[in-house]
Amino acid sequence: MSKDERGRATRRGQPFLEEPEAKPFWASLREHKLTAQRCASCQKIFGFPPQSHCPHCLSNEFKWVELSGKGTIYSHIAYHRAWHPAYQDKVPYNVSLVDLDEGGRLVTNVVGLPPEQVKIGMKVEVIFEDTADFTLPKFQPAK
Amino acid sequence: MTNLSGKCAIVGMGETVVGKRPDATTNSLHLEAIKACLDDAGIKASQVDGLLTNQPLNDSHRSYATKLSHMAGIDPLFATDLALGGATPIAMVQHAVMAIEAGMATTVVCVHARKRSTADPSPGHPIRRGDEHWEEPWGHFAAAGGHAFAAARHMYEFGTTSEDLAHVAISTRYHASLNKNATLRKPMTMEDHQNSRMIVAPLRLLDCSLESDGGGAVLVTSAERARDFPKKAVSILGMGQHHPHWSLLDAPTLTTLGGKKSSETAYRMAGLKPKDMQFAQIYDCFTITALITLEDYGFCKKGEGKDFVKNGRITIGGQIPLNTHGGLLSQAHLEGQLHITEAVKQLRGNEVEPERQVKNAKVGIVSGHGGSLAMHATMILGAL
Repeated sequence: MSKDERGRATRRGQPFLEEPEAKPFWASLREHKLTAQRCASCQKIFGFPPQSHCPHCLSNEFKWVELSGKGTIYSHIAYHRAWHPAYQDKVPYNVSLVDLDEGGRLVTNVVGLPPEQVKIGMKVEVIFEDTADFTLPKFQPAK
Repeated sequence: MTNLSGKCAIVGMGETVVGKRPDATTNSLHLEAIKACLDDAGIKASQVDGLLTNQPLNDSHRSYATKLSHMAGIDPLFATDLALGGATPIAMVQHAVMAIEAGMATTVVCVHARKRSTADPSPGHPIRRGDEHWEEPWGHFAAAGGHAFAAARHMYEFGTTSEDLAHVAISTRYHASLNKNATLRKPMTMEDHQNSRMIVAPLRLLDCSLESDGGGAVLVTSAERARDFPKKAVSILGMGQHHPHWSLLDAPTLTTLGGKKSSETAYRMAGLKPKDMQFAQIYDCFTITALITLEDYGFCKKGEGKDFVKNGRITIGGQIPLNTHGGLLSQAHLEGQLHITEAVKQLRGNEVEPERQVKNAKVGIVSGHGGSLAMHATMILGAL
């Protein structure tokens, strides 16, 4: 395990693609589809992270459904300090909480504009950022 | 249901020197705090029959409470680790009260120490907060980020500004300047705050708390037994908790937190109201946390915290002195353990520097707050 200057474990900074409940989420993202679990009993979207039983009614029956990818910014911040070496040359960068239209919220990045132009209440839409091993959902102002 | 108000009391408290303690270890700081607490209470470890603690962040154990008990020469009838982040120190006292009233123990030490400022090479594994892998891939790594989301939202909903948050930091630093056992004692100006670098916007460096080495402990027993101890007992009048979400992803709001319902439970148990409080030791991991908690605790209406923190209201001599020891922002960050010991000292009435003693202090409130603004615990303490 690598450690930082205070002897603390350094952060992974990566998604955990093998998390059993979340595997379909990460697999769909590879096909540029943003998905979520819809409860077969109460019909509500589970939210994130994915889990085995509905957080609204505890049913364990659900379907993975594709979302519209549209949402609204609940809050946003700008990291001016890099907590991970990979972000050293990216500061300042935006991190946002995006509430998806169908339900559920993601910690994500709103990209395509400077952090100071991101606003609470702004309508956004998903874009997909591919890396060698995984695809991350990020957001841009809705067209 | 029995009302536990006043059934138990704090009869001992200990604090270590805080700040940079390069020669100390996590274990040694815990033992130092226990020793100071038992010395203060005038009893031996063999007279203690319960111990509660928090898992060390940098070296997890399966029941650190059991290990610590036996390292300290305590043979516990009741021992466990609690895991509510910065709400843990208050939760420990609450569980001690419940154990004592349940007849499972009579004399319980509640201890927490941290080694976060200087290196603590340890053989074990650090503790995860949990679900970091749903945040870190997008560059969200820090507690400062979670609280910055709350600050941004509070600014959006109520027009709060960075200058408003500065009043919390400036007043808290003034109290630290009067406390010999505080890390940062140089008074802070509005200019200092506004010129401090941005960490996670909208939070600046001087909105953020310290990383510290140090420890603290309190000893809890029944009100009846409390009379046998040498120092003035501090009565536990009210207790509450509320944990309204787990992560930023399921938080219904970030501008009202667990403090609202937690304090309502504590006020009801104590039969007291916000106006009865003479001081508030409020968890201040970031300035915004204290401002939101002052609102949630009913000292002002929701959204009015930005004006409430001005004009000396939260400074010693004001309406509700906030963090008379200098808080996590300027004294030391031991997850709120020293908010409790400070409350005990204030209520004893003769243990802090006179300049920061609340006059004729009889009752005050203490808060704890942990996780992604998720966990909250409240305690109302009074002088017997």
